[in-house]
Amino acid sequence: MVNFAQGDLMMLGAFVAVTLIGDFGLPWVLGLLLSVLALAVFGYLLDAFVLRRVLGEPQFAIVMLTIGLGFIFRAVAGLVWGYDPQSFPTPYTGKSLRVGEVVVSYENFAILLGTLILCVVLFLFFRRTRLGIAMQATSQNQLAAYYVGIPVKRVFSLVWAISAGVAAVAGILLAPVSLVQPGMGFIGIKAFAAAVIGGFGSIPGALLGGWIIGIAEQFAGVYLPAGFQEMSAYGILILALILRPQGLFAQIQRKKV
Amino acid sequence: MRFLFKTHYNQDIDHLKHGGDRFWYGLLLVLVAAAPAALGTFYLGELNLVMIYAIAGVGLMLLVGYTGQVSLGHAAFLAIGAYTHSLLLGAGLPFLLSIVAAVLVSALVGAGVGWIALRMTGIYLAIATLAFAMLTEQTISRAEWLTGGFRGLAVPQASLFGMPLTQGWQHYYVTLTLLVVTLLAALNILRSSTGRAMVAIRDSEISAESVGINLAVYKTLAFALSAGITGLAGALFAHRLGYLSPDAFTFLISLQLLLMVVVGGVGSMRGVIYGALFIGFLPQLLAIARDTLPPQIAQAPGLEPGIFGLILVLVILFEPQGIFGRWLKIKSYFQLFPLYRRATHRRQKTYLRTERLR
Repeated sequence: MVNFAQGDLMMLGAFVAVTLIGDFGLPWVLGLLLSVLALAVFGYLLDAFVLRRVLGEPQFAIVMLTIGLGFIFRAVAGLVWGYDPQSFPTPYTGKSLRVGEVVVSYENFAILLGTLILCVVLFLFFRRTRLGIAMQATSQNQLAAYYVGIPVKRVFSLVWAISAGVAAVAGILLAPVSLVQPGMGFIGIKAFAAAVIGGFGSIPGALLGGWIIGIAEQFAGVYLPAGFQEMSAYGILILALILRPQGLFAQIQRKKV
Repeated sequence: MRFLFKTHYNQDIDHLKHGGDRFWYGLLLVLVAAAPAALGTFYLGELNLVMIYAIAGVGLMLLVGYTGQVSLGHAAFLAIGAYTHSLLLGAGLPFLLSIVAAVLVSALVGAGVGWIALRMTGIYLAIATLAFAMLTEQTISRAEWLTGGFRGLAVPQASLFGMPLTQGWQHYYVTLTLLVVTLLAALNILRSSTGRAMVAIRDSEISAESVGINLAVYKTLAFALSAGITGLAGALFAHRLGYLSPDAFTFLISLQLLLMVVVGGVGSMRGVIYGALFIGFLPQLLAIARDTLPPQIAQAPGLEPGIFGLILVLVILFEPQGIFGRWLKIKSYFQLFPLYRRATHRRQKTYLRTERLR
């Protein structure tokens, strides 16, 4: 299962958070938790009603389906929240952290910290808990997972719930840095690049991939002529796919007959 | 139900299987050829656009529907064809030569992409082609010395056999001729060994390889063919646009092309035509629908992509074989009248992550 609408789920998460915190005036932490929960429920229902139908069909169908869903999400978000970029109020906006000589704004620090916590939690979840291992088993072979008693359908829905919740966290972390607008999900393509470079199914790999892309973009922006910054992520992606299509930390081995 | 009595092996690979086919396709050809006399300028232009879409669709169908390689980046080949054609026309090359050159350049780039994509399948391929399209879009917008960047590039006036192409009907006949040629070429490729090899790769790479099909050669070839045909559509599209700029070839165009293939019916050339008609006339339908919708929804700028997405989702969920598949089902319902069973057309599902059963 692969999701081309991940960036748009992230965008939805950010919008829900903006609505809850900015418009309804909920406390920041409560708003954050509620929007992650809302997106998780949304992800669960999305799988239960839409995506489950294409389970077992060619991957092409799933790719097209999620692309279509992404377009729908963007249009709906545009209808509901409008196309004007909105700023996202946080308790830490405008403050910065000083560590010796280095000054880091709290927004970026929150991204760093949030990502680290998220990665550790997800890593432990997929390594240590029964549900996480069941999810990995389902991803590798649905039929075998079903035979050993894993409720495959529910596990799939839960995977979608988690992925939508994580997308919401990403949206909330990103929102203070880039403004909230329906098009912000396009960063999802870069997230894909990160996941591909690191290798699908590997959380440390995704982290490393994201890191490589981020660093490369910054360096391209400084040392190369204008335009290379936008291109660098895709260039690296293609390069990575040529050199190491299975990713740096591959989970899936080469298919054998 | 019609039973064909075959007296010759060549009847198996005939394009037109029987008199009914010959009659209906002949009628269609006559109608399409007579269309400029009956239609106004606007609808003639729209029909022209539909046929341009159909040419691009044939290219994409060869790749997606017959070789089984997903491409999310065909707008790039469209752009390459369009820009090559306009630049060469501007440099003083005759129309036909410049179109041939546009096809060759796109095919060459396509072969390059195909060669890179050899080791990838499924989603990786989709992502790689997407990245390629993004790279192309960025390159075009940055290479201002060549393409004019976002300032745009005016498409020069074309002339064919010393006659300037200014009227709508002239463009219409040029496009129609090229569409018929493309369709016949594609259908002939599909019944040759090359086409059979492509279909074999679509059905199972491993079995194709084991009967001696060189995967690398045929996949690259399929990419090159597909890109070349899409480049041809791009060259014609340039005349339709009149003014080229990178934002005419965005991801949305790639998606539209794929939507066309999916809605029409993956794996059939007739599906391409249905899909092109659908995509070509959808904006008109939307424009009509806008008048009846409440203004808040009707005036929203993102409505059209949203509707495209919705249609894509609905088609994938409820009719994965597209319009052509639905037509086949209706036809077999009447042919088998009291005996039609729904299960005849049920799709096989696989739950293993292996390509053996694909």
